[in-house]
Amino acid sequence: MGRVILHCDLNNFYASVECLYRPELKNKPVAVCGESELRHGIVLAKNQIAKLYGIQTGDVIWQALKKCPNLVVLKPNFPLYIRFSKLAQQIYSEYTDLIEPFGIDECWLDVTESTKILGSGRKIAYEIKERVKSELGLTLSVGVSFNKVFAKLGSDYKKPDAVTVITKENFKQIVWPLPTKDLLYVGSATEKKLSSRAIYTIGDIAKSSPEYLKRILGKWGEVLWIFANGLDTTPVTPPLFEDNIKGIGNSITLPRDLTSYEDAEYVIRMLSESVAQRLRQQYLKCFTIQVWIRDSSLFAITRQEKLQTPTFLAREIAQKAFEIFKKNWSFKNSIRSLGVRATDLVCANSFYQLEFDSLKKFKLEQLEKTIDRIRKRFGHTSVLPAVLLTKPDLPCEIALHNKIHPVAFFK
Amino acid sequence: MRKIFVEIYAHFSKEGEITPISFVWLDGKTYEIDKIIEKRPAASLKVGGQGIRYKILVRSKVLYLFCDENRWFVEFIHY
Repeated sequence: MGRVILHCDLNNFYASVECLYRPELKNKPVAVCGESELRHGIVLAKNQIAKLYGIQTGDVIWQALKKCPNLVVLKPNFPLYIRFSKLAQQIYSEYTDLIEPFGIDECWLDVTESTKILGSGRKIAYEIKERVKSELGLTLSVGVSFNKVFAKLGSDYKKPDAVTVITKENFKQIVWPLPTKDLLYVGSATEKKLSSRAIYTIGDIAKSSPEYLKRILGKWGEVLWIFANGLDTTPVTPPLFEDNIKGIGNSITLPRDLTSYEDAEYVIRMLSESVAQRLRQQYLKCFTIQVWIRDSSLFAITRQEKLQTPTFLAREIAQKAFEIFKKNWSFKNSIRSLGVRATDLVCANSFYQLEFDSLKKFKLEQLEKTIDRIRKRFGHTSVLPAVLLTKPDLPCEIALHNKIHPVAFFK
Repeated sequence: MRKIFVEIYAHFSKEGEITPISFVWLDGKTYEIDKIIEKRPAASLKVGGQGIRYKILVRSKVLYLFCDENRWFVEFIHY
């Protein structure tokens, strides 16, 4: 018997949760948008009615309001969305323990073994969909298939509140006529490359030779050929087995553009505080520091450098990150967003060559661990480097809403 | 239909289970819950919210009492 994989996608998630708590908005176009004062003002989610006006995720608020002047714009409430995401996962967990989240509102479920007791994949999918509707008040699209890629495609195929079953027998009729962009990992650039070679549908990808696709797209060409032919065998991996973290990073879009090295140092210090704290939480140290810079014209660069010894100290991460920044940025354009990331992670207890100032470093590590304990008890801003109090127009901490973005398909 | 937040009196078992016993209504009077007919997680599509829904019997009337993140409310039909 083949695998039975479900992909459950909560429809218009943020907007649906908001509409659930405000029934008076049920028949109005609603969009959940980032905060415009902080310049995060883009549409994060919209309801079905707003969709009819052509509003798309990623639209800037003014664009959305132009398309639909009576649009109700709401601020996001992430703790509430996380609560609903967990509740949905609790329901899924009654059907299988093989659950792999893909972002806050999507999950893959491997129900192969459960079908022996609970009935077919289709039956389980309908049951989950109905339970989510009655227990959480949200609609769900479920794709049922024999691999993860087609299951995801199935959940996108019919929306909202639908179940689509893609089997080995019918996938050529359902999947192959769809445009290439519907396939996982086909973005706009890949779509352009494919269409310039008369490859318009997933079927066209499947019928091309893998060597030809590899010539056009590199190794991804082969991967897409495997996806299109239903040959994907990627397992559903629960987070417990996935937690082999490759990097920890934080980035921020700032309320105002940064125009000087002093500004940049301030933000780098703030981001490094958060990155270092998260490293310590995971008992990890990093060997490499990456800095990501995006300017006011939305041009972005990423640069990285190695450290001599691994660290989880905020001051060392900040120092290195600022060094990288100074080498690579000359302020021809002002900066809109900035990010710091720690990679090449090793266990915090690993042993390395002693340095002359090891004792000093040990003391600093104890100091920063103590700061963590104080922050845990009294809040993040109870202890801050004094420099982070010098610019009231820039934030002095970042909200730690980590793990909201989708995780990678390949681990 | 209105969402009325209420103060409740409840029994907390050793196992951590909460059973509402009575609640204080808008008129300030405390009403005993005669029977809990059903208890299950549910969304309130009429007045908005989600939590554990208690279908209760109070003075021969059926009401829906919700526990939404430790706040309790009643779905109330306003005639």
